[in-house]
Amino acid sequence: MLLAEGLRHRFGAVTALDDVSFRVQPGQTLAVFGPNGAGKTTLLKVLAGLIQPQQGRAQVDGGRRAIGWIGHQPQLYSQLTVRENLRFWASLYDVAVPGDLLSRLGLTEYADRPVRALSRGLVQRVAIARALVHDPAVLLLDEPFTGLDRTAAEAFSGLIAQHAAAGRATVLVTHNVEEGTGLATDVAFMRRGRFVHFAPRGRRGPAQVAEEYRNAIV
Amino acid sequence: MPSSSSLRHAWAVASKDLLVEFRSRTGILSAVVFVVLVLMVFNFGRDPTAVSNLVLAPSILWVTFTFAAILALNRAFQLELENQALDGLLLAPIGRGSIYLGKLVANLVFVATVEVIGVPLVALFFNVEVWPHIGPLAAIITLATLGFVAVGTLFSAMTVRTRFAELLLPVVLLPFMILPLMWATLATTSVLADRPLSEIGGSLKMLAGYDIVFVVVSLLLFPATVNE
Repeated sequence: MLLAEGLRHRFGAVTALDDVSFRVQPGQTLAVFGPNGAGKTTLLKVLAGLIQPQQGRAQVDGGRRAIGWIGHQPQLYSQLTVRENLRFWASLYDVAVPGDLLSRLGLTEYADRPVRALSRGLVQRVAIARALVHDPAVLLLDEPFTGLDRTAAEAFSGLIAQHAAAGRATVLVTHNVEEGTGLATDVAFMRRGRFVHFAPRGRRGPAQVAEEYRNAIV
Repeated sequence: MPSSSSLRHAWAVASKDLLVEFRSRTGILSAVVFVVLVLMVFNFGRDPTAVSNLVLAPSILWVTFTFAAILALNRAFQLELENQALDGLLLAPIGRGSIYLGKLVANLVFVATVEVIGVPLVALFFNVEVWPHIGPLAAIITLATLGFVAVGTLFSAMTVRTRFAELLLPVVLLPFMILPLMWATLATTSVLADRPLSEIGGSLKMLAGYDIVFVVVSLLLFPATVNE
């Protein structure tokens, strides 16, 4: 479903990706943890096809149409309403906005409000709706918990879990081990563009993963 | 030749941009206020006995439109950076050409709106007869505007991620505007002076050629300007 093979990419003297390889199958959620500047966002952009890697290849079954992206920036137009934003993004994928999308995300009452008038948590929910508008098979999540309070973060985690349970693949990159571990079926630690750890999460809880992450990164 | 889905996606991008502009009105208001102020300054600052209105009006018209257009072009891709919407556009399964065409159409509508307001103001401030020449004048304005907005849309995409985009855009764009502005000003002068239409044929052909070349070149180069 999603394949990365020998990815290497540099920005001038900075190595963003250094021989990164992995595969994510339907139903799998890979959480990639790393400090700022580890190359996490570059990895997602390469997977999404937004950056052409200097070496290696990234492949997503179904191409760009199969990808949904949720980042710490919502990719929404603040002057437009929630409904107008979703219609616009759906039109680029040649689909109609799914009838139950707004209600699934608890956005029905906010549908005709401009995005600029919504709280950070609601904006992030709209960003999730935007990413799901074309029912993507692969979700790429870039620090999706940024700015969310605990309730909104839990609701968001629930949605991602539903997505995985429906047989979709997810790659999540974050520096927040506690929030990311709960969603993960597989865990990777990234440092200076390299995976220094990549294994199924198994029975490891957030505390154990956080401990291993600290040991691997320091 | 763009496919129907490319055109549909381009229209989606254009109509979204126009809706955002309609909601905020900041760009169009700034441009219109700019046009009015510039025309007022030129009107009250000139010496009518030194230079005739017919000689001065075409130059003022095109200088005003040029800088009003740069205001619009600066906004075209800034809008996409606001919440990193540009990444969303690039991730969508649409051709980069559709994004360019959409932006081009929205910029053309924006600049045309400013021009529709600007032309009567030039007629008013400089006491020149515009209405009897409206057909040829519309042809000149359409062809010249398409050319410099096509180039400007490309350069707007190129400069938007730089630190001083607002300053850089005019610096890189103005040299490319010299030719179409020269042809447009010469043709406008001929039209307003009531000279035979055959006199502007050459300028119109040059403007049309410029449009074809730069729309095609911009479509070809645009993907390289937005890819990281």
